[in-house]
Amino acid sequence: MTGLPNWIDPVALVPGFPLLGALLAAMLRDPRLGAGITILSAGLGLAASLALPFEMGSSTFLLVDPLSAHVTILTAFVGFTSALYSLGDISRELAAGRLDGPRVQTYHALFQSFLGFMLLALLSNNLGVAWVSLEAATISAVLVVGLPRTPEAIEASWKFFLICGVGIALAFFGTVVLYLAALPATGPGYAGMSWTGLATAAPHSRGALLNLAFVFLLVGYGTKAGLAPLHSWMPDAHAEGPTPVSAVLSGSVLNVALVLILRLRGLMAQNAEAVNPGPPILALGLLSVLLAAFSLWGRRDVKRFFAFSSIEQSGLAAFAVGLGGTGAIFAGLLHMTVHTLAKSAVFQAVGRAAQRKGSQSFTGITGLLASDRALGLTLAAGIIAIAGLPPFGLFASEVLILSETMRAAPALVPLLILGLLVSAWKLIARLITLCLGDPTAGQGPPATRLALLPAWLHLAIVAILGFAMPGAIAAWLLQAAKVVTP
Amino acid sequence: MTQLVYGTLGYDAAHMLGGLMLLLSFTLLSQRRMTALIDIYALQATCLALAAFWQGHVQSAPALYLTGAIAFAAKAVLIPAALRRLMLRLQLTETMEPALGIFASMALGVGLVVLSIMVVLPVTMQSQALTREDLALALSVVLLGLLMMISRRSAFAQVIGFMSLENGLILAAIGVAGMPLVVELSLAVLILVAFVVFGAFLRRMDRQFHSLDTTNLDRVGGQHR
Repeated sequence: MTGLPNWIDPVALVPGFPLLGALLAAMLRDPRLGAGITILSAGLGLAASLALPFEMGSSTFLLVDPLSAHVTILTAFVGFTSALYSLGDISRELAAGRLDGPRVQTYHALFQSFLGFMLLALLSNNLGVAWVSLEAATISAVLVVGLPRTPEAIEASWKFFLICGVGIALAFFGTVVLYLAALPATGPGYAGMSWTGLATAAPHSRGALLNLAFVFLLVGYGTKAGLAPLHSWMPDAHAEGPTPVSAVLSGSVLNVALVLILRLRGLMAQNAEAVNPGPPILALGLLSVLLAAFSLWGRRDVKRFFAFSSIEQSGLAAFAVGLGGTGAIFAGLLHMTVHTLAKSAVFQAVGRAAQRKGSQSFTGITGLLASDRALGLTLAAGIIAIAGLPPFGLFASEVLILSETMRAAPALVPLLILGLLVSAWKLIARLITLCLGDPTAGQGPPATRLALLPAWLHLAIVAILGFAMPGAIAAWLLQAAKVVTP
Repeated sequence: MTQLVYGTLGYDAAHMLGGLMLLLSFTLLSQRRMTALIDIYALQATCLALAAFWQGHVQSAPALYLTGAIAFAAKAVLIPAALRRLMLRLQLTETMEPALGIFASMALGVGLVVLSIMVVLPVTMQSQALTREDLALALSVVLLGLLMMISRRSAFAQVIGFMSLENGLILAAIGVAGMPLVVELSLAVLILVAFVVFGAFLRRMDRQFHSLDTTNLDRVGGQHR
């Protein structure tokens, strides 16, 4: 990226492209153009993010280290494939009359701003900027969820907004207290609000104030990570919003929040006076795993069901973050990565199946393998992946997390295994009803192979990470884990 | 800035404004009528604006004047005016029964204030006295706002609770000397508030519901889905 003028930071292009795309899509009131802009700007954002590993460093507002680079690339990738997927998905919603022209245009603008602000939150070195970005991403997501304008969608977006609004309000308070904690070490100015400045100052910060900030930031960003007990916005938002957004929402927002929590954990661990940040994160994670695993039983709505599964997986990643140590954080990051990829593939397949069958409930979607073979196989592979079965990457990450638990907190192993087994059991049971049995009549158009391509790409990556992880990727993830465990 | 110790004007004025905000939070908790809630919220926002002006003066931080001006214009004037107009148009004159009794929520509120004082004061031993107590007051306002959101069933009362919570956030931010981006952050928080209000309108305008009672939320989720 050498041909750029000096005043453009190449790092800023990563969120810059989607945000620009959002602006363009909002101004040009043409749905066709909007779709093109969405794909183009998400693609350019992804391309710019691929250069991040060569742009390590930090400025007042931006921070590129292996951790932020990794999660940013992952988010930009999922954003791009979801944009591709949304092309077909949204046009079918349009045809079915669930959306109209102006709303499709709004959808494209909001999707891009949602993506752009998440990328900005990930790359931001300033906690204030990260907070504002996450807030803006939340508002975009809320508006997208409410777009179908059905009473259910409006209620879901309202609930989403109220709960996440409280969450990010608490995180704001935490940010102020964190600044106050670092104030004697950093002095007034931007240092006390930047991750790099805070990391340098952490050993000399006031431990007691760090503890207070930690509580608020953990609860606040934990809400966005879908951690129990403030997870209840997620199933509704997923069930009622457009599917491409579920695909991004399910992985990426959770990841952004988890990365912030992970960085916070790194700060806390450096201060001798501060409490050990591990146990609280671990407890929230375990609670989410168990609660979500048992909540899978009795769900009748397919997207709601998989939203609970996302809560479980996010809880598992948080559990690994709570365990601490390079090994566990490596496992947590790997889990986050493969889950994001697998879950967005599942949502793409589920969204497609729901449009094909004209129903979003388990009773309305059965026998996919018989009626739509390719779609059924994709969905089956995706569900096998998120159930944590081999050969997919979630098997590897879950085994790693379990073995780290065995090492650091052996007493929790039975509980964790219980959660994982219960959810895997239910996932497989649902796989059987969705894909096998007598097919329900299809009402929508059948899925083309092209529409399933993004999902296949995701699942292929997850499978490769599962049984033959390239050494370079393992080293890269290890580097990312070491950012927060010096 | 170094003179902010107990008994000086700089300290006392800031303390009084923070205390007034807390008092108004309690008043919000005890009110049933929608119009009264809006008036009290506007009053609380005025106190916040004055507190920001005062902090701008004692910290010699002109940016805080801007924060104060924004708070006053948007939260003490514009949002309450919009809310009042909407109430008239939608004819929302009914009083709203809280889910939790007034006495119970007041008692809980007192408990939360005690909690926030007990949490904040010991951990800020080395900070300036003003920062300490401002933070304790701000946390109390935040927690009372949360309590209001939980203890009310009406969506509009919850919105007022959220807005009052947000007043507490800004009170915390302006009390910390030298914190950068306070103006930008307070503006961003304001946008959040504006969206919450807008969302509440939208939901009401939708007219698919005949009550703002949030027990309707059970339509989504719960046992039957």
